[in-house]
Amino acid sequence: MENNKVLEAVGLSKYFYDPVKFQVLKEISMSINHGEFVSIVGKSGCGKSTLLYLLSTMDTDYDGEIFIHNELVTGKTDKELALIRNEKIGFVFQFHYLLAEYNVLKNVMLPGMKLGKFTNQELEHRAMEHLKTLDMQDQALKMPNQLSGGQKQRVAIARALINDPLIIMGDEPTGNLDKKNSDLVFDIFKKLTQEKNQTLLVVTHDTDFAERTNRIITMEDGSIIS
Amino acid sequence: MNFKLILNIALHLLQARLKQTVVAAVGVTFGIAMFISLVSFMNGLNDLLDGLMLNRTPHVLLYNEIKPSANQPILLSESYKDNANFIRSVKPKDIGKSIYNSKSIISYLKKDPRILDVAPKISTPVFFNSGTIEISGLINGIDIRAEEKLFKFSDYIIEGNIADLSQNNSIIIGKGLADKMLLIKGDIIKITSSKGNLASLKIVGISQIGIAEIDNTMSYTSLTTAQKILGEPTNYITDIQIKLYDMTTAPAVAKEFHNKFNLDTIDYRTANSQFETGSTIRNIISYAVGVVLLIVAGFGIYNILNMMIYEKMDSIAILKATGFSGNDVKWIFVSLAIIIGLAGGLFGLLFGYIFSSIIDIIPFETASLPTVKTYPINYNPLYYIIGITFALFTTTIAGLFPALKASKIDPVEIIRGK
Repeated sequence: MENNKVLEAVGLSKYFYDPVKFQVLKEISMSINHGEFVSIVGKSGCGKSTLLYLLSTMDTDYDGEIFIHNELVTGKTDKELALIRNEKIGFVFQFHYLLAEYNVLKNVMLPGMKLGKFTNQELEHRAMEHLKTLDMQDQALKMPNQLSGGQKQRVAIARALINDPLIIMGDEPTGNLDKKNSDLVFDIFKKLTQEKNQTLLVVTHDTDFAERTNRIITMEDGSIIS
Repeated sequence: MNFKLILNIALHLLQARLKQTVVAAVGVTFGIAMFISLVSFMNGLNDLLDGLMLNRTPHVLLYNEIKPSANQPILLSESYKDNANFIRSVKPKDIGKSIYNSKSIISYLKKDPRILDVAPKISTPVFFNSGTIEISGLINGIDIRAEEKLFKFSDYIIEGNIADLSQNNSIIIGKGLADKMLLIKGDIIKITSSKGNLASLKIVGISQIGIAEIDNTMSYTSLTTAQKILGEPTNYITDIQIKLYDMTTAPAVAKEFHNKFNLDTIDYRTANSQFETGSTIRNIISYAVGVVLLIVAGFGIYNILNMMIYEKMDSIAILKATGFSGNDVKWIFVSLAIIIGLAGGLFGLLFGYIFSSIIDIIPFETASLPTVKTYPINYNPLYYIIGITFALFTTTIAGLFPALKASKIDPVEIIRGK
């Protein structure tokens, strides 16, 4: 591979039709290289979350092209996109979205079980390793509703890591956390980029958080301004 | 697709809403149990009523019908050959009720591989004399051995023994007839035949078939006694009764013998068409009720799965975000429905069997049916197969709509919507 672009967008435009036709994203082109820790900032309504959802392949209603690992993903079927999300993208959301029916360990293992690359014993081992690095191994057998917000977010991060994704995407991962837990989550992200060369793309409006990342993409009115 | 994982997720979702799922499954159980017991009972009843008819009726009956000759003299006339001839006041021709050449026909029929057995019979109207009163009735001269083999005649003898009929001048009379004339076993009954012959016969038994009309008029005697009463030779026979191995071929066989022996034939189906109609309608009713019950249960499942989807929006969104496709999500909910349908259905079969068994031991004694002691039940495994198939079918359909809805949920909308 001649370049090490993990994610590339070419001429992305997106419209909302309800209540009136409105262009949210205007011809956005950008790329993220391997090992970068990138944050997208901007005012509420500037389209930063929308951009993230397009890049994450969950939203397929757009004009333009998206490449993940130099592979065109625009126009792929729901099933293929699901596989790409499963294998190559890890998610951390503002709300933790753990499955209340499963315990912490199972929650972390679930995307791995879906991928089916490892046996259940291997997955359990890997999940425990991730939980250990996030200092959560004691909580492995608890149910999600027994955890605090910060703990839940760490479980979500462990879940995002289970399939060794190319890139981890975060949508306001610290938005719902207090200062102490925000710092904790940031430190984890930082450690991941430094130690494991993990690529990260995080949407945030927390400027403190953004300033500490490698690269800041600022958006305004549907365009990247810096 | 990883079905084990999908099933695992479905089971966990199910555990989270255990109470509602149990209620949904109980709906299916109730529907299936009712369906099974209803159909088993209805068909048991049908079998009983059909048996009442079939046990007495030959599959094919050969006889001579009283009818006008098909070839009237005018048809032989050359001069009127091409005309349309109208003939009035045609009288039936007397060809006698006796079956011509009966012995060789019977021996021919006995060799036919389709035929279980053949029973010759003489059927003739008589008057029973009781003091000054004459009561009209029928005498059946029967071949005791063949009659017993084909129609289990002894089941209907409530007093006396069928073997006693082989004595000369003995008779078994219907219960209604005996009650009317105040006769009991051992009495002598006087008979006048249609030709005016008088005979005195000893009553050796009382029969009861359960149909008043028959019990009031019918009596049985041996072939030789009947021939003697009528003053006919020993080859005199009016009916040949045939039972087949495969009763469904009766109409075809009847037609074949009609052409071969130049005799009138009637098959059991034509002779008893009202029974068929009754059975069909009872079947339709029981299936209709069962289907309605299951559809109601299906709506219950639909409701619960729909509710579950609204409750589990977040979970569905995160499953999709972490790599489960719409198809996977659909299968999660379809398998939920199938689990409910299968569990509910299997319990339904079990309870259906239990209910049927309970009905089966409830006493049902009626004077008209001497051999029946409890309510009849038909334990045909086919009903159980239909039951479980239908349970799975309705629950899958009921689950499919919510599942399709879940598969179309847009995770972005839910994640953003917060």
